[in-house]
Amino acid sequence: MLTIAGRTFKSRLFGGTGKFSSPQVMKEALEASGCEMVTVALRRVDLANPEDDIMSVLDRRKFLFLPNTSGARDAHEAVRLARLARAAGGGEWLKLEVTPDPRTLLPDPVETLKATEILVKEGFIVLPYINADPVLALRLQDAGAAAVMPLGSPIGTNQGILTAFQIAIIIEQARVPVVVDAGLGAPSHAAQAMEMGADAVLVNTAIAVAGDPVRMARAFAMAVEAGREAFEAGLGARRAEAAASSPQTGLDFLR
Amino acid sequence: MTQDTFTIPDFAELRQLVATHGHAAEVLRALRSERLDINGLAALLSPAAENLLPQLAARSGQITAKRFGRTIQIYAPLYLSNFCINRCAYCGFSAGNRIERRVLTMAEAEEEAMILHGRGFKHILLVSGEAPARLGVDYLVELAARLRERFASISIEVQPLEEEEYARLFASGITSVAVYQETYDRGIYSQVHHGGRKCDFDYRLATPARAAAAGMREVGIGALLGLADWRLEGLALGMHLAWLRRHYWRTALTVSFPRLRPAEGGFQPLVTVSERMLSQLIFALRIFDPDVGLLLSTREEARFRDGMVGLGPTRYSAGSCTAPGGYAHPELAGEQFSVGDHRSMQEVCADICRRGYDPVRKDWDATFQIQDGGGEMSAAAL
Repeated sequence: MLTIAGRTFKSRLFGGTGKFSSPQVMKEALEASGCEMVTVALRRVDLANPEDDIMSVLDRRKFLFLPNTSGARDAHEAVRLARLARAAGGGEWLKLEVTPDPRTLLPDPVETLKATEILVKEGFIVLPYINADPVLALRLQDAGAAAVMPLGSPIGTNQGILTAFQIAIIIEQARVPVVVDAGLGAPSHAAQAMEMGADAVLVNTAIAVAGDPVRMARAFAMAVEAGREAFEAGLGARRAEAAASSPQTGLDFLR
Repeated sequence: MTQDTFTIPDFAELRQLVATHGHAAEVLRALRSERLDINGLAALLSPAAENLLPQLAARSGQITAKRFGRTIQIYAPLYLSNFCINRCAYCGFSAGNRIERRVLTMAEAEEEAMILHGRGFKHILLVSGEAPARLGVDYLVELAARLRERFASISIEVQPLEEEEYARLFASGITSVAVYQETYDRGIYSQVHHGGRKCDFDYRLATPARAAAAGMREVGIGALLGLADWRLEGLALGMHLAWLRRHYWRTALTVSFPRLRPAEGGFQPLVTVSERMLSQLIFALRIFDPDVGLLLSTREEARFRDGMVGLGPTRYSAGSCTAPGGYAHPELAGEQFSVGDHRSMQEVCADICRRGYDPVRKDWDATFQIQDGGGEMSAAAL
């Protein structure tokens, strides 16, 4: 079972709460996905308001809320958002997003590391969203991040895993869970991440914007399970040439 | 070498660009491509694209959903003053017009803001005519300080300011600046601007860059439709967007599409921009720039705004009054223009929901507005 910061998760699919056509559709899709952790943008919700349109429809016993700092353009803003969120009852868990470029929403590695160092010291459980940079992942792990969340491709692009080579290195090196986040546009992308050995994936746009978000959520859940099962079963290595299933290598000469 | 000021080609040159690329084959290519250059935008704005309007709409809608989701952000304008030193042929606030002039006191402005707050608005746009002696930076700084913790975001649409002034406003909690060129056609620009500081085309053109340089999170540009050829305005807007993106990558950008509305002064539009044309312009810019926020205000009628949900625009105003003090006192005259969509915010939101979209009232946070100076950020210091 997946464990992050001492908490276990049956599902290796994490969900998002943005971009849905209504809070009701969001709720149904997230429930269908079986996910137990959902990220929610602090800029989008009003934590102090019990009637907030997003927070009020999701059952807190079913979902662990992972507040995110989307919109923060430096460490300073991210830290401030995190503190205010915790003060408003948002808890210790935090998806750290520092994205100074509002167009690509690609994360700033320098500011992300800075913010992680501060927030970890203050007792936050920090899951930083990063570009798929293996050295950065190690630095964040050393700084006390509870997991790392490298991107498959820029957020919202549905491009799948364009960073496979680096993600493979991150997975190989990491002592903390690796959650592939952003860019997963199809269940096959999620399955690929899981087959590679990712501990979990986070999917939002592909589910929220699908023709039928509820069915798409189910499809992702199945893909994540299939990919994980394949990883645990032990995938055969890929090779360039064909390999016979019953090799006929002439070893008759051996005594 | 980077070019440090944005310049706009002559409209004759832009017209040539639209003529050169305005062929069905180029339109189709633009519709298929992932990234559009300015030639592709010219094709989508051309008459050749008119026959493919449904295809443009579909592509625009698809791109918008992917980037912004199935959501429309809701905001309201708050008119602070209708004093104006400029003489602009098309505007109800024009210095020559005999309208009831008013600048809200701080208390009145706050009262208006709290009415909007009570109606559920979290994003507000402060608007005023250009009369720095009556409403200058000090006024805005004070008002922002009073409002910033109560709203998710505060934007302004006031006279063009200097970079240092924008920096002061940013520090006081204003995060977004809208300043529309009105028309990118120099000739028409001088024809409709008869007096006041606004007559300086180049100063105005450089304003969005000054706001971005000052650190504003978002800068809005736009052209008033009904003055010059809308296809060429669209091209100019695309060029302006592309230039701003290259120079200020931290700044989010938006575009507005104000079509001329009946206003005091009785100005007749110089050119007609139909709803079909307006929609083509919106689709073309969306396909050209997938990340730009697109605003559709209550200048447009409810039917049109309803129909456009999901096809490109990302932000709607609602329940707007364009006379200073008009929320507390609906009987007040002195409006900038008469609105085309008279629905309340609740009605606009309900109609957006019916279209299968989520009307988002909060998509930013007051926390971002509190500029506590940066400085030390160690655990002890904060």
